[in-house]
Amino acid sequence: MMHTWHFSEMAYHPAWAHLNDTYRVIIPNRLYDPKIGADLYHRYLDEWALCDELGINIMTNEHHATATCADSVCTIPMAILARETKKVRLLALGMPIANRENPIRVAEEYSMLDVISRGRIEMGFVKGVPFEISPANSNPADLMERFWEAHDLILKAMTSHDGPFSWEGTHFHYRSVNIWPRPYQQPHPPVWMPVGSQGSAREAAARGITIGVLNTGWAVTPGIFDAYRETAAKCGREATPHHLAYMALIGVGRTREEGWRRADQILDYSRTSGVVSPQFANPPGYVAPAMAAQAIKGSGTTARATRLQTRDGKPINPRTVGVEDAIGAGLVFAGTPDDVWDQLKSFYDHVGGFGHLLMMGQGGHISHEDTVDNLTLFSKEVLPRMAELG
Amino acid sequence: MERIDIGETTIEALIAGKGPPLLFLHGLDYFAQHKPFLDRLARQFRVIAPRHPGFGASPRPPWMRGVGDIAYLYLDLLDRLALDDVLLVGASFGGWVAMELAARSTARLGGLVLIDTLGVKFGGRDEVEIADIYALQAEEVVRRTFADPAKAPDYDSLDDAVVEEVARDREAAVLYGWRPFMHNPTLRHWLHRIKLPTLVVWGEADRIVTPAYGAHLVQKFQYGRFVPIVNAGHYPQVEQPEAVAAAIESFARENGR
Repeated sequence: MMHTWHFSEMAYHPAWAHLNDTYRVIIPNRLYDPKIGADLYHRYLDEWALCDELGINIMTNEHHATATCADSVCTIPMAILARETKKVRLLALGMPIANRENPIRVAEEYSMLDVISRGRIEMGFVKGVPFEISPANSNPADLMERFWEAHDLILKAMTSHDGPFSWEGTHFHYRSVNIWPRPYQQPHPPVWMPVGSQGSAREAAARGITIGVLNTGWAVTPGIFDAYRETAAKCGREATPHHLAYMALIGVGRTREEGWRRADQILDYSRTSGVVSPQFANPPGYVAPAMAAQAIKGSGTTARATRLQTRDGKPINPRTVGVEDAIGAGLVFAGTPDDVWDQLKSFYDHVGGFGHLLMMGQGGHISHEDTVDNLTLFSKEVLPRMAELG
Repeated sequence: MERIDIGETTIEALIAGKGPPLLFLHGLDYFAQHKPFLDRLARQFRVIAPRHPGFGASPRPPWMRGVGDIAYLYLDLLDRLALDDVLLVGASFGGWVAMELAARSTARLGGLVLIDTLGVKFGGRDEVEIADIYALQAEEVVRRTFADPAKAPDYDSLDDAVVEEVARDREAAVLYGWRPFMHNPTLRHWLHRIKLPTLVVWGEADRIVTPAYGAHLVQKFQYGRFVPIVNAGHYPQVEQPEAVAAAIESFARENGR
């Protein structure tokens, strides 16, 4: 059975009208009105809380210094929802562990959440997009080295139960690691990481980590999933569909027009989220020198933007993409419940199957009422058919 | 380029000319544009210009991630080549390395030249003395770097392999200098150990580290002198190779070379 997760970036969209060249890093927070922000937080939390009744799991993430995502601490909404919900699972995808200075604190936060939720936490560890580097002042040249050291330390902290151990690594130093509480799930909550390339998929597969492939579309996703399955097989690990997740933007309506209208509003996420000044999109060392050289040579275009295309090979510009092309590219599933099911099933077959659908059911300017109806229709009309997938 | 094995690594270095030894430590960027300057120096000196570990095609052992490590590596290099009375010239990031080296040992050194260096901090915690080049648009970095931005190389027209070396330069600079940003907070407290004739050369139009920073720095040296270079920015040796080489030669002559 395929699992569905509702994801929202908790966008502060009222600021978007004042932004054009960049939505991130340097935009002044005087554009953020905390009174409007409070209403938005409560609204997004209500939508997630509703998911507990609808049987849709919950996914949060975090970004910094941006109007596209006002969730700057992914474990804060989780802390609220861990008590407010009772049934569904809670995925934070997730914690930028190469940008956080203190992996022990991450282990403590996730463990505490896991205990409060009585074992419903799934813990994501993320590399973080390049424009997270500046807000964190995190060294981009040894980011992944730090990522894996933090990962190893967090898991060791969660699975050591006989008192303190010592960790004197390259990046992290603790003479006495001894976390309380320990996690509810044994040996530890499931580990996820978002993946956008075949190389990262292989690294995750070698460790049995579930990958969240975020809106990479029709052309790119099969190669990533194949790389995961191949590497898992080589390492003697079983790659189940539940090691593979795909994120799509989803708009369901009573009519095709209504579903497309909702998807079009959610698509404002794609149209804004990558808009950032080039120096923050290409910090030196974040990608290998051959790829970095291409950015130095002028275009500054991110690799992700250039490789998105529809199933018939038409390139997609995420900043201007419309619903029809986005459906064609496998970025969006939208229309009536039948339309959404057909698009999902066809994408599922195209990529060789996966076990988790990360559903962006809220984004951009879509209203609360539309979001609730979107999630409810999905839950009643699409979810039951997903029993045959995964 | 010559390759010299030192301990656990190999240094790639340009070695040219005859005369008293001069160790040139390059800056953040534009190494390929240093040829006229280094050729000119090679008429008077035996010039040794290593590529720092991780820059260009030079290897970097994974544990080597501090500017102090580079300083020790070059102290080993001077021992290996058995050089004495060396004129140490460091520009920009290379000036930082040069100060770290000389603060550790001046045993093989005869003089120090710092060109638009960075590496120390004088101001308060909310004062920016070294421009955050990673937060500026590429065009703005070029405007702050060159007195005449037309002198900046056009990367679009260069081969991928050349630009890939530039990408490696930038990656390595970030590795060593990201945080604290392009300086060692305690280094200024050890500059008194450098009891060498010191020449501080500065491009008047440098807006990465301004001439005011250079004027402040020179006061930290017991035997320091400040020479501004007109029509030059952060890389005066690239924009005005003749003037910078002439200043270095005259400094060397004054100090008996």
